[in-house]
Amino acid sequence: MKKLLFALTCLLFICPAKAQDTSLVSGLEDENALEKVTGTFKSTRVINAHSTEMLYKGNMDFRILHRFGPVNSGVKEFFGLDNASMRMSFDFGITNNLMIGIGRSTNLKDLDFLIKTRLLQQTKGVKPIPVSLLVAAGYIVTTQQSFATVKPTFSDRSSYYLQMIVGRKFNSNFSMQLSPLLVHNNSTLNPTDDKTIFGLGGGARYKVSKRIALVADYHYAVGKLDNAITNPLSLGVDIETGGHVFQLHFTNSAGMNEKAYLTQTTGKFFNGDIRFGFNLSRMFNIGKKKKNW
Amino acid sequence: MKKHSSVLLFLLFFSVTLVAQKKLFTKTGTITFNSKTSIEKIQAVNKKVLAVLDVANNKIEFAVLIKGFEFEKALMQEHFNENYLESDKFPKATFKGKFDDTNFTILAEENKTVTVNISGSLTLHGVTKPVTAKALITTKNKTVSAASSFTILLSDYSIKIPAVNKNNVNNQVQININLANLQEMK
Repeated sequence: MKKLLFALTCLLFICPAKAQDTSLVSGLEDENALEKVTGTFKSTRVINAHSTEMLYKGNMDFRILHRFGPVNSGVKEFFGLDNASMRMSFDFGITNNLMIGIGRSTNLKDLDFLIKTRLLQQTKGVKPIPVSLLVAAGYIVTTQQSFATVKPTFSDRSSYYLQMIVGRKFNSNFSMQLSPLLVHNNSTLNPTDDKTIFGLGGGARYKVSKRIALVADYHYAVGKLDNAITNPLSLGVDIETGGHVFQLHFTNSAGMNEKAYLTQTTGKFFNGDIRFGFNLSRMFNIGKKKKNW
Repeated sequence: MKKHSSVLLFLLFFSVTLVAQKKLFTKTGTITFNSKTSIEKIQAVNKKVLAVLDVANNKIEFAVLIKGFEFEKALMQEHFNENYLESDKFPKATFKGKFDDTNFTILAEENKTVTVNISGSLTLHGVTKPVTAKALITTKNKTVSAASSFTILLSDYSIKIPAVNKNNVNNQVQININLANLQEMK
């Protein structure tokens, strides 16, 4: 009888063990798979600052940026909308981790060139990488005709910048980045200004729905600049519709390249010296990815 | 007493043989899907489909990572993950089903094809719905392969198409499954 009981208990143990294993695929799944985190921001720029996003290989991003006049200029200037400044740019994805771009601004007729690369991409999995790390470098040249008695040389009109971006998508809605920026102007508007200015930058996004997000970015300038120069702050909304991203925002900065927004911003945000602006991004597929099925 | 023991022994033996019976699996199955409208054709492929056919118990199961679907256009892939399938929240799609007819003797024969009916439940975007499909099982050169095709409605799985994209994304999506060279599980 004891044997029988023993056998019964054995059976009892065997059956539930089998019954528990209801999922046939469990145990076969690749637990080591690393999963790249995508969609940290909606666009390659938070508003002014470069974001942790890159263009995909073979994509071209045509961007049209507008900044209007100060809102506090009143109804006579239609709250700044009478007065628009723009930047137009083309960015190309060479690989998924390397992009180049060219842009031109109305303001001072600045021409700018960009190269941006992603060194690390945030991943999930057994050995996760907590952040994405990117570097962007650029060259800006002012092409506006000068009426000064001594004309500035090509070198005098040149500026360089280097921006590092460390960003993380904390969850599907919230992403944040730190983006220190170094700008070097070969000559400055104000002779006592420092030629090299460091900007402590940061940006964040909060998705309020699948296609709408709130965004903000800010740079704190370190270095000697004229008293009239302020730190650029921008607050906005990203709206995504298929291949377009509309970024509507309020900012105190009229400039749309790194030199202009870090070292030439004059608006005082909290005095109402803010401008309405928008960035429009349209994505084109120029190099078609080969279909592999 | 002795009689009982032998019955028990038989039962024990039987339960062991059941476990030992044939299970076929693959980790490299493919799933493609097509959605077509007059404006846009959307296609994607996933080549890391995990599938197990439990021949002894007439069961079949699939698991696939949503992020593993590759599109021709990278931006489309991003929107698929971010806006439609929400793969951060629902990383996986699974299917659990059974064979309605159970003629698996062909697995031992060469160059045979049979059609079987499968019914089960598909979990996608956090929603589970019943699905039925016909599948072809083929034996050739000592390997077993299987293929199936069926359509689903995105609205069944609460995958919403925004009004502006109504003409670009079809609510009806065709899904094709191909499992080549199924291995015997050890």
